[in-house]
Amino acid sequence: MIKVVFFAKLREQLACSELTLNDDNIATIADVKQRLSDKSAQWQQVLNSGSLLSAVNHDMVDSSHPVKSGDEVAFFPPVTGG
Amino acid sequence: MSAKISNVINTDSTAEISIQNADFSLGDEVALLEHDNATDGAVVTFTGRVRNQNNGNSVSSLTLEHYPGMTEKALTKIITQARARWNIGRVKVIHRIGELQIGEQIVFVGVTSKHRHDAFAANEFIMDYLKVKAPFWKKERITENKKTSEQWLDAKDSDNNKAQTWS
Repeated sequence: MIKVVFFAKLREQLACSELTLNDDNIATIADVKQRLSDKSAQWQQVLNSGSLLSAVNHDMVDSSHPVKSGDEVAFFPPVTGG
Repeated sequence: MSAKISNVINTDSTAEISIQNADFSLGDEVALLEHDNATDGAVVTFTGRVRNQNNGNSVSSLTLEHYPGMTEKALTKIITQARARWNIGRVKVIHRIGELQIGEQIVFVGVTSKHRHDAFAANEFIMDYLKVKAPFWKKERITENKKTSEQWLDAKDSDNNKAQTWS
């Protein structure tokens, strides 16, 4: 299983803060995005925003980064703290 | 003071990160950086506060969200990078979360060093990287013509450009 979490504007747009996916056919962040995009046109649109950031196990990574069972994947907008 | 702090992480013996709802005291933080620290002659602090204006809008308050776990990891990494570049002593980073009103303190970065250059540079570096690497998000409450609306802030190119000047 892969845990996926969402933050800030993304969480509100998807009306979802977290979910779990089975890891069949998931090898990278891009695969996670693809699986979630299949849920609906809304998910597809929100997850394919060019500025979307992703993390695996609390480290920021790009779309080609590997994902395996037990990982925590996060998607969120560019950060605006400080 | 420890009762006010919701989540304190000691990244190493001389660095501390706190993500908290509660306000902080600049005086107390400086005292902690200086306490029992005779080796460092320089103490540089930065405090960020909530402004009443942003992009021409009148801001009435802010709500800050973060990604627990990743925030601490990202800040620890930034402090480690700063330590590799400059000869610094103690580091303290505080970031508040939740709802904050105009004028309230949001963020604190304190760095000590033997001489001033290292603490000045490291403090600015930590703040610049926090702006683009640490997973915090601000939502503004805007009041215009007695109407209140909420909107998530967009990241600024200027923050990305500033952080890139260090690489």
